[in-house]
Amino acid sequence: MTAYLIKGASILGGDPADLLLSGGVIAAVGVGLTAPAGAETVDAEGLVALPGLVDLHTHLREPGREDAETVETGTRAAALGGFTAVHAMANTSPVADTAGVVEQVWRLGQEAGHCDVRPVGAVTVGLAGERLAELGAMADSAARVRVFSDDGKCVSDAVLMRRALEYVKAFDGVIAQHAQEPRLTEDAQMNEGAVSGRLGLTGWPAVAEEAIIARDCLLAAHVGSRLHVCHVSTAGSVEIIRWAKSKGWNVTAEVTPHHLLLTDDLVEASSLGAYNPIFKVNPPLRTREDVEALRAALADGTIDVVATDHAPHPVEDKETEWGAAAMGMIGLETALPVVQLAMIETGLLDWAGVAERMSATPARIGRLSGHGAPLQSGSAANLTLVDPAARTVVDPRASASKSRNTPYEGLTLPGKVVATFLRGRPTVLEGKLA
Amino acid sequence: MSDARPRPATRGPSEPGSTTSSPSVANVSRAVLEGPDIHRALTRIAHEILERTKGAQDVVLLGIPTRGVTLARRIGERVARFEGVQIPAGSIDITMYRDDLRLRPARPLGRTELPPDGIDGKIVVLVDDVLFSGRTVRAALDALGDIGRPRAVQLATLVDRGHRELPIRADYVGKNLPTAMSEKVKVFLAETDGRDAVVLIKEGDAK
Amino acid sequence: MKRHLISAADLSRDDALLILDTAEELAQVSQRSIKKLPTLRGRTVVNLFFEDSTRTRISFEAAAKRLSADVINFSAKGSSVSKGESLKDTALTLQAMGADAVVIRHGASGAPHRLAEWVDGSIVNAGDGTHEHPTQALLDAFSMRRRLGPLDGRRVTIVGDVLHSRVARSNVLLLATLGAEVTLVAPPTLLPVSVGSWPCEISYDLDAVLPKSDVVMMLRVQRERMNAAFFPSAREYSRRYGLDRDRLGRMPDHAVVMHPGPMNRGMEIAAEVADSPRSTIVEQVTNGVTIRMAVLYLLLGGAELEGGAQ
Repeated sequence: MTAYLIKGASILGGDPADLLLSGGVIAAVGVGLTAPAGAETVDAEGLVALPGLVDLHTHLREPGREDAETVETGTRAAALGGFTAVHAMANTSPVADTAGVVEQVWRLGQEAGHCDVRPVGAVTVGLAGERLAELGAMADSAARVRVFSDDGKCVSDAVLMRRALEYVKAFDGVIAQHAQEPRLTEDAQMNEGAVSGRLGLTGWPAVAEEAIIARDCLLAAHVGSRLHVCHVSTAGSVEIIRWAKSKGWNVTAEVTPHHLLLTDDLVEASSLGAYNPIFKVNPPLRTREDVEALRAALADGTIDVVATDHAPHPVEDKETEWGAAAMGMIGLETALPVVQLAMIETGLLDWAGVAERMSATPARIGRLSGHGAPLQSGSAANLTLVDPAARTVVDPRASASKSRNTPYEGLTLPGKVVATFLRGRPTVLEGKLA
Repeated sequence: MSDARPRPATRGPSEPGSTTSSPSVANVSRAVLEGPDIHRALTRIAHEILERTKGAQDVVLLGIPTRGVTLARRIGERVARFEGVQIPAGSIDITMYRDDLRLRPARPLGRTELPPDGIDGKIVVLVDDVLFSGRTVRAALDALGDIGRPRAVQLATLVDRGHRELPIRADYVGKNLPTAMSEKVKVFLAETDGRDAVVLIKEGDAK
Repeated sequence: MKRHLISAADLSRDDALLILDTAEELAQVSQRSIKKLPTLRGRTVVNLFFEDSTRTRISFEAAAKRLSADVINFSAKGSSVSKGESLKDTALTLQAMGADAVVIRHGASGAPHRLAEWVDGSIVNAGDGTHEHPTQALLDAFSMRRRLGPLDGRRVTIVGDVLHSRVARSNVLLLATLGAEVTLVAPPTLLPVSVGSWPCEISYDLDAVLPKSDVVMMLRVQRERMNAAFFPSAREYSRRYGLDRDRLGRMPDHAVVMHPGPMNRGMEIAAEVADSPRSTIVEQVTNGVTIRMAVLYLLLGGAELEGGAQ
């Protein structure tokens, strides 16, 4: 296996140093390292080195919706976005609610080889919210599932949620809740507020998210379990999570890049046209005040991680009237640029803070060994090199994803992933798949 | 007549080839008819109508907005003064019948006000300020046909500037005014423009 | 004027007055024996109706035909649309047919906006979901103006299911543009939570508002709403928010009663109120054709308008 000497990278935005990758690990870190015989040299001057990003929330769509995405195409997009591991959500067809399905997804990830694919197991059979899926069998499978979620649907039954939280303690699992009170969001189309009122779209109230988060925090505290809250989108949710953490409860939370940047008024007026379902997403885009609260929460640690909720949809599911359109946006390739724009260029986070929230902490929540480790001698050689000075106009057609539903079309985003290494092997070099 | 200085119009005449006034126009335009000339012309037209229609029996005057309506009213007043007969005067908007609608954004409509007895069996005298291509009159004839069936239709115009594009001629003309295609004729009337005048504007001088 | 009429917010005060003034002139045409004008000869207007609404479709059809446009009725039922064809594919078909204007009625809010992205012709919103119905608002304003004169300072009360009403949204926007003072009266469950940001007043008490109203517009309330707990029963709704003879008596003598139809007699409006001389409900139908003629003329009767503002 070829060794790589990365010259002059700024580790977590610090002083330039060289990294020698050999045998799947970081063999040495230092200034003025010399390349061993046969090693390739990567000039990383001006580039920031980060541990390989870990996504806790990715929809790869396979099996079942290979027209939208496959493990192969989705993990290509992940590698190009700087990710070395992704958690593939369970809402496939068939649902990933058995050891067989999660092992299939895991194996597809191994074969593709662009990044590690860690399947998320469904909490309930068929995501139906009625009976627990065989959580233990999935945990014990080759896929070693630790994160369980009915994402796309809420485990709304309080008893079922309590049991799930309790049950996964046996194998150190975590329930990742999609917090959406179903009755309050029947036929809901967008954030309930001034814009939804004007546009005549059924409102999706913030309270529908906050009520579930509050309940689940109390349940997790009561049974002493770990709870992870998916895609937090409101200022009120932030307050509840902050309160739960202040109690010392074992609650973690994620925010998506799009909720750190986009607001609900884009539905009414954007350069992409009014009522453009490219902005239709679950949970919905909220207000400017919510965005500010989410950024502050990510900065102060109330929200632990950034997760993409990469949700590919074919063109025909988005080029339609708003009410008929699918919810979700792709985001693997734009995640780090959006975080740079929303958090770094606003001074809210430095690169070390980004590495913490997009690599180390998500790996820890997912109990994913070998990822998110510090860039030091002996760590697995999972890392990515970013050019923070680059500026790119987002072109949906340029995405490696099979789908084109990015909300950032035409937007100039900062930062570009130049190289990604998975256990010492390049998956991306010079900004292209290796 | 070199001191002719048109005042701003509230609304330009409807005949193609007319123009709205602008300060630079004032220096180079030439008034070809002043107030007294216009008065005399309208008086003559009123007499001719009485003569041709044998006392203006069954005559209805229909002005084409905007200035044709004012002229029709003035002619009607003169007929009443000379013969003591009240002849109905109204207006007929021809916008929806124009053949050049697609050349400009949709225009606001003028008023159509028909006399209470209508126009069936009547002698309708259409009144316009400037007769030019004849297309406005063509549109007016179409409009009349949709409104009723007059016994006869006649045409009165304050100015005939020539350059007809359709087989149309006026029955009553205030003044025949030879013009070049490139020139513009503008009619000012006291009721709408603050003074009476007909002004000839040379091409290239406007704007 | 903009190229499309999708929202009442697309209209400036001058635009709105131009439409009303144009309609005033065109109203004469309805009185003539020959009710046809040659103005839109050679232009094609497509009525694209994804929801059943015979009265609105007929109104647009009559308006287009009186202006001599070619009218193509494209109703979703029994067509390729009911077989799963997407709005976009339908739009491409219309585009290929060279429609100069598409009048669209659709159950989804925002469908006309989407259509405007895909076809070159002018889009006229004939009602989209619970969003807007701008020509209804125009004909309502026209009917009010014919009864009461200019609308500046006039007090208009709109009563009923504002939350689900495209008529209410368009009326609030247009009437504010025209200088009227609008008050919405409804049970709080049937008002959007954000209604405080609208250019109007809010009241839950119909009886308090009636004596100072120049116009009372009753909105249709669907009985199914009570199944979703918006109100307890038809009887209670009718008692608190219905317009009956007693309440009519509390309105000023000059005040008029309006309803966009179709009515639930005995629910939001008593039959004797609907049929009283104070009611403009029949005029509203006549005025609908006139106002739609004005809209079609101003959108299609001249040179092609640029995208966005003229």
